[in-house]
Amino acid sequence: MANETNKLVEVRDLQTYFYLYEGVVRAVDGVSYSINKGKSLGVIGESGCGKSVTAQSMMRIVPTPPAKEVGGEILLHLEKGTVDILKMTANSPEMRALRWKEISMVFQEPMTSFSPLFTIGNQITEAIRLHIPDLTKKEMRDRVIELLGKVGIPQPSRLIDVYPHQLSGGMRQRAMIAMALSCNPKLLIADEPTTALDVTIEAQILELIRSLQEEFGMALMYISHDLAVVSEMSDEIMIMYLGRIMEKATTDEVFNNPLHPYTQALWRSIPTIDGDIKRLNTISGMLPSPYTVHKGCPFFSRCEQRIPGLCDEAKPVVTEVTPTHTVSCFLYEKNAQVPMSANASTRVGTK
Amino acid sequence: MLAYIARRVVTLIPILFLISLVSFIIIQLPPGDWVSRRIATLKLSGVGVDEGEALRLTKLYGLDKPGGERYITWMTNILLDGNFGWSFEWNQSVNTLLAERIPLTMSISIASLIISWIIAIPIGIYSATHQYSILDYIFTFFGFIGLATPGFLVALIGAWFIFSTTGFSPLGLNSNSFLTQPASWEKTADMLKHLILPLGIIGLSSTGVTIRVMRANLLDELKKQYVITARAKGLTELGLLLKYPVRMALNPIISTIGWILPGLIGGEVLVSIVLAIQTTGPLLLRSIIGQDMYLAGSIIMILSTLTVIGTLLSDILLAAMDPRIRYGGVSK
Repeated sequence: MANETNKLVEVRDLQTYFYLYEGVVRAVDGVSYSINKGKSLGVIGESGCGKSVTAQSMMRIVPTPPAKEVGGEILLHLEKGTVDILKMTANSPEMRALRWKEISMVFQEPMTSFSPLFTIGNQITEAIRLHIPDLTKKEMRDRVIELLGKVGIPQPSRLIDVYPHQLSGGMRQRAMIAMALSCNPKLLIADEPTTALDVTIEAQILELIRSLQEEFGMALMYISHDLAVVSEMSDEIMIMYLGRIMEKATTDEVFNNPLHPYTQALWRSIPTIDGDIKRLNTISGMLPSPYTVHKGCPFFSRCEQRIPGLCDEAKPVVTEVTPTHTVSCFLYEKNAQVPMSANASTRVGTK
Repeated sequence: MLAYIARRVVTLIPILFLISLVSFIIIQLPPGDWVSRRIATLKLSGVGVDEGEALRLTKLYGLDKPGGERYITWMTNILLDGNFGWSFEWNQSVNTLLAERIPLTMSISIASLIISWIIAIPIGIYSATHQYSILDYIFTFFGFIGLATPGFLVALIGAWFIFSTTGFSPLGLNSNSFLTQPASWEKTADMLKHLILPLGIIGLSSTGVTIRVMRANLLDELKKQYVITARAKGLTELGLLLKYPVRMALNPIISTIGWILPGLIGGEVLVSIVLAIQTTGPLLLRSIIGQDMYLAGSIIMILSTLTVIGTLLSDILLAAMDPRIRYGGVSK
């Protein structure tokens, strides 16, 4: 299939659980998606929905213990063949060789992403030295200066030798992006890279990431809880809730034709500039405790279109509405809708 | 960096002056002086001393002059001649007395500090990276024992245990057979054998402290984002551990160099008395009891000065390790 060759990463039924003293948190509970080469995937979700853990699982940097990737596969299609990242040992030499070289990451906190004890240049060069060791010292330094210039740091040949605390938050995040690009990764994961920055800087950083994605021809996984930002950054969007994917589609489809009640509720909660001045719509109810094990759809308790007896008894399966639009909801499962009582009983058995 | 050191050295001058003043005032504070105490002791033992003799002694030692004048004389002699005065009790110059003991005190302090670091830092790193493992619990257990057990008690038990099992007496610096012999390799080896017990005991409590501090600091650092960044870059666990979080976690330990010195000396007094080692600790205690003022004052002053210098050294080390300290006040 021609489509298969375009795929860079395929994640299938990923499950990452946190084994805590209080109980097991199913942070990522059966998530499947793929990212095509050079394309971008946006991930939206509330705090604690598992979007960062999903990303960290792809690099196997989830803190173990308490967390563990308990199931699924993460296939990375490289020129020399396909590898399953989940089959590797977390800090094994094979896994370390993939980190930063194939998949790199920009983190949320530019203030603490760099160690305060070493210069920016030292820490970026370290990544290059690990993955492209053939370069001479001079070549490495030139490469770092070039990268710093590319991400818009003024006087890169001077600022390569400054310490992180001498840079502002925005500049530090630019340096972080330069570091993430230093080994030409195939996939860049940006985990809320602008959350800690103010709005004007945010716009600059987004613009920068987008132009660099094009220049380096890499795939992008952009994680945020900001709907507007994700829509601007992504070709495709997936919406996560409590460790599961609720809906996944191209950006246009998700915005023009949101199907899942959760997505629709999210969209209603966006304030509009030209709309009437009224109270903002919110999603009723609270996030369930992370320790809860959901027999049915995790959004059941807050859903406005829930079907008692069906949605809380079994997990909805992923339904393909169009080839590029999937949703995980009983409302779109052809067999499940009517007659619902019969179907529900065959799924869970009669009481 | 040089400007930083220069600035720190300049601020030392008023501190050192204050130290000398305070040392002198402290030894002046108790009522009476060495002469009146000496006369009282003589009278108690039945030897009559007439007023003229008492006056003569007081005048001889300059004890009749006002305190300010005596301070100036004392300091002038120290600064110009390096003469710390005369010990009444020992009938020797303070310089001679201290020349024997300060090097020994310093080397025992520094050696036990280094030994406790060599033991404690790797254990602290292990405990933090293997939090709540069996070994972590074992190290924590022994750390608390080291922290909580008084050194002199361990000294007593240790000396008794070694003597009763091996017949080797760990007391003093040298075995009796070597005491009168000139320095030789055998004598040095004998001295080292005697030093193992005091070094271990004096280092015991600071080892316990350092393990706890290192473990707590490193646990904090391991949660920081830059550790995850380093891991994501593909560094080996050991490599990133030593380069990033351990170096951050060492900062508070380095800053304790300054005040670990008086701590070691304080703990060392009792241990030295029990193990009969001639360090400054027992000497200071005796000189204070006997109101041997110049000796006591000199010891207090020299130890305080060493503490200040230790603090300076730790500050310079910190500045060398952490750029945020080095550029403090310079960056925006």
